[in-house]
Amino acid sequence: MSQAMQLNRRFFLTAAAAAGGALSVNWTIPQAAAQGAAAGAEVNIWAVIHPDDTVVVRIARSEMGQGTLTGLAQLVADELDADWRYVKTEYVAPEANHANKRAWGDMSTGGSRGIRASVDYVRKGGATARAMLIQAAAAKWGVPAAECTASLSIVAHTSTGRRLRYGELAAEAAKLPAPADVKVKAPAEWKLIGRGVKRLDTADKLSGKLVYAIDVQLPGMLNAAVAQCPVFGGKLKSFDAAKIAGLKGVRKVVQIDDSTIAVVADKWYQAKTALAALPVVWDEGPNATVNSAQIDALLKTGLDAKEASLGQKQGDFAAAYTAAPKKFEAVYGTQFQNHATLEPMNCTAKWDNGAIEIWVGSQNGDASLAAASEAAGVKLDQVKVHKHHLGGGFGRRGQQDYVRQAVIVAKQFPGTPVKLIWSREEDMQHGFYRPITQCKLSAGFDAQGNVTALHARLSGQSILAHLAPQRMVNGVDPVAFQGWTAEEFGYQGIPNLLVDHAVRNTHVPVGFWRGVNTNQNAIFMECFVDELAHAAGKDPVEFRRALMTKNPKQLAVMNAAAEKAGWGTPLPKGVFRGIAQNTGFGSYTAAVAEVSVTPKGELKIHRIVCSSDCGYVVNPEQVAMQIEGSFVYGLSSVLSSKITIDKGRVQQGNFDDYEVMRLAAMPKVETVLVPSGGFWGGVGEPTIAVAGPAVLNAIFAATGKRIRSLPLGPNDLRSA
Amino acid sequence: MLKLNINGKIHDVDADADTPLLWVLREWVGLTGTKYGCGIAQCGACTVHIDGVATRSCSLPAGSVGAAKVVTIEGLSPDGLSHPVQVAWAQLDVPQCGYCQSGQIMAAASLLREKPRPTEAEVADAITNICRCGTYQRVKAAIDTAAALSAASPATGKA
Repeated sequence: MSQAMQLNRRFFLTAAAAAGGALSVNWTIPQAAAQGAAAGAEVNIWAVIHPDDTVVVRIARSEMGQGTLTGLAQLVADELDADWRYVKTEYVAPEANHANKRAWGDMSTGGSRGIRASVDYVRKGGATARAMLIQAAAAKWGVPAAECTASLSIVAHTSTGRRLRYGELAAEAAKLPAPADVKVKAPAEWKLIGRGVKRLDTADKLSGKLVYAIDVQLPGMLNAAVAQCPVFGGKLKSFDAAKIAGLKGVRKVVQIDDSTIAVVADKWYQAKTALAALPVVWDEGPNATVNSAQIDALLKTGLDAKEASLGQKQGDFAAAYTAAPKKFEAVYGTQFQNHATLEPMNCTAKWDNGAIEIWVGSQNGDASLAAASEAAGVKLDQVKVHKHHLGGGFGRRGQQDYVRQAVIVAKQFPGTPVKLIWSREEDMQHGFYRPITQCKLSAGFDAQGNVTALHARLSGQSILAHLAPQRMVNGVDPVAFQGWTAEEFGYQGIPNLLVDHAVRNTHVPVGFWRGVNTNQNAIFMECFVDELAHAAGKDPVEFRRALMTKNPKQLAVMNAAAEKAGWGTPLPKGVFRGIAQNTGFGSYTAAVAEVSVTPKGELKIHRIVCSSDCGYVVNPEQVAMQIEGSFVYGLSSVLSSKITIDKGRVQQGNFDDYEVMRLAAMPKVETVLVPSGGFWGGVGEPTIAVAGPAVLNAIFAATGKRIRSLPLGPNDLRSA
Repeated sequence: MLKLNINGKIHDVDADADTPLLWVLREWVGLTGTKYGCGIAQCGACTVHIDGVATRSCSLPAGSVGAAKVVTIEGLSPDGLSHPVQVAWAQLDVPQCGYCQSGQIMAAASLLREKPRPTEAEVADAITNICRCGTYQRVKAAIDTAAALSAASPATGKA
């Protein structure tokens, strides 16, 4: 990892970090740790500065393509007034974070929080280091610090014109006490924040040099292929290791737990081939007959169930709906989705003398440390975690199942590293899927065609019930209501509003999938609102505007997309528009899609205009990339991919039957940034929610067909 | 024992002839720039050049390669960055997570070798590699840029 070297040093804490990240901390680092370059001085925990002026910014979050590594470096470097040309990054080792009372804060990388939840303390870290560099120069010159300025990694004494480079000051600065209360810059003073600088981690992705966890090569390393009971909840009954004992390269068959088996061989391909030849008998357990039709039927019972957990309530829906002269109702549904990161789950582990070392792509370094510790049965301080860039995360790599497996296998081979890789099929069939969800929406109009009542009844699986029941709030899973909380919901102009959730859990594991429940919820709400507009005989944008009078931020963002897209202006023959807006992960988004559909039902998405207000923009290019990518991930789940269940197991196995969007289907995506400032919103996830409904509403405009059961079937759009 | 010409160098490899080239490259030769994504020639992460033609190495038995020249991402250009496709990719900051990008780059380089100025439809036909991050818009633009770069300096781009 030449761009993102990992911080893997021993630290000696001499003073605890004060609350809020103020850096009253001095560290001593062994000089040998510097990789290749001359040893740097650790000015504080966020910035190491080398004599050649290279500034190494420490990164605690994980880089999985979302650009957080570059964005975090921009935040620190801006406050530091570092010369961006010489800024590099390195990961903080999870064990260092643990040993130092989590001085680097939360390492978890999800919920589009990488930047917005770090922004205060990392900027303060940069600003504090800058103050220390200025203080060091001032001391050298014997002048007050206030007479000195810093810019582009140089401290200058304004009146005498004296200058010292950061590389010349860092060693002295590192010895100074950290000032307690350093102010960060006002937005007008930002030089790097807001600039579309290029990513810091690109070069090695172009040459094939970047070492993802799956690429780790260690001396004497063995490889493991793994099989879990195909039916969730089933168990391993028996296996016949003797049958594969003579196969080339095969070392051992390891039962990992009561439902998982691994074959360990010299090479992974040998392990995988041998695993396929290994006779295994599963006890498939009570779920072995469950299929998608039964699950759909189960969810259907929730749509009218008396019992449901409350999300949001305003006014009196029941009374207003009963009184409404005109009513409208629709039921929508979505299927399970797999993350299908292109790099399958994998982890390398080495057990040696009571200590465990792992190499992993993880969205949560702290959690990987804890999982390895637990699986190995050793204390946290006996664990080392080498963080690698992720070949896709999307929420999947927040889970640590594959880490535990690797550790358990490695314990069977003391002193020998073992790399455990899931086949694509294993990855497809043992995910933490986006929860299956249905929704019944009911609305009442008054005589003038105004919406007076709206009820959205969700029915489906709860992520928190499966992954973190302790985070349920009085039996309510707040995640289910993403985008529909009082703070987020864009149609607060509707006087009588009810949002609730009938939890219908299945035996299928569920988890956080890029955009999480905003995906389903935005499809339900934005398509339904479109239906209401149509029922009222009104333009979809005009109709929404009337409901958004209490939501000026959402309205501004929707207007920006509509305006840039030329909403209401003529389109080429056969091309139609659709719009959607949503709020999630602290940001506001809207999109206009332009599509055409042939009589045979062939859909072409010509153009997407997407607007976003994420408050402050750290890097507009990165935001644009996340928006472009959101349409690919989001539209895949609406147009083609789904996970279905038969005989208790996932039916899909690979990208031939879990179909995802490819380049040929990629529409032109135009990003319109309308940052209103004053807050830091997320970027990686908010846009994905509008991708589906904008296109579905355009499909309706083109065909008159409302697609309410998703993803789209092969013949859904055929008119002949 | 297999004899393979990889990136201009002859490798003697002690792997079974039916082992897919992908795994021979990754596990026997130690070239990990070529990625495993699906194992059934669906995703294209394993794309290499066989005598200049983009080929999905996960489904190609190493024993069938014979004397053909295999070029992987590591051998596309001497410094790993100077092939016109790599230059264009850098200019447009194409990769996100980057995992599919070796394959995307190899597929694009092969396309441009065959069709120096591909139409949009030809790009769509040729580049079927899966990117879950969704970099397609920039992949398309970067192929155009690479085509223009190659046209400007035709000596390069023949890897």
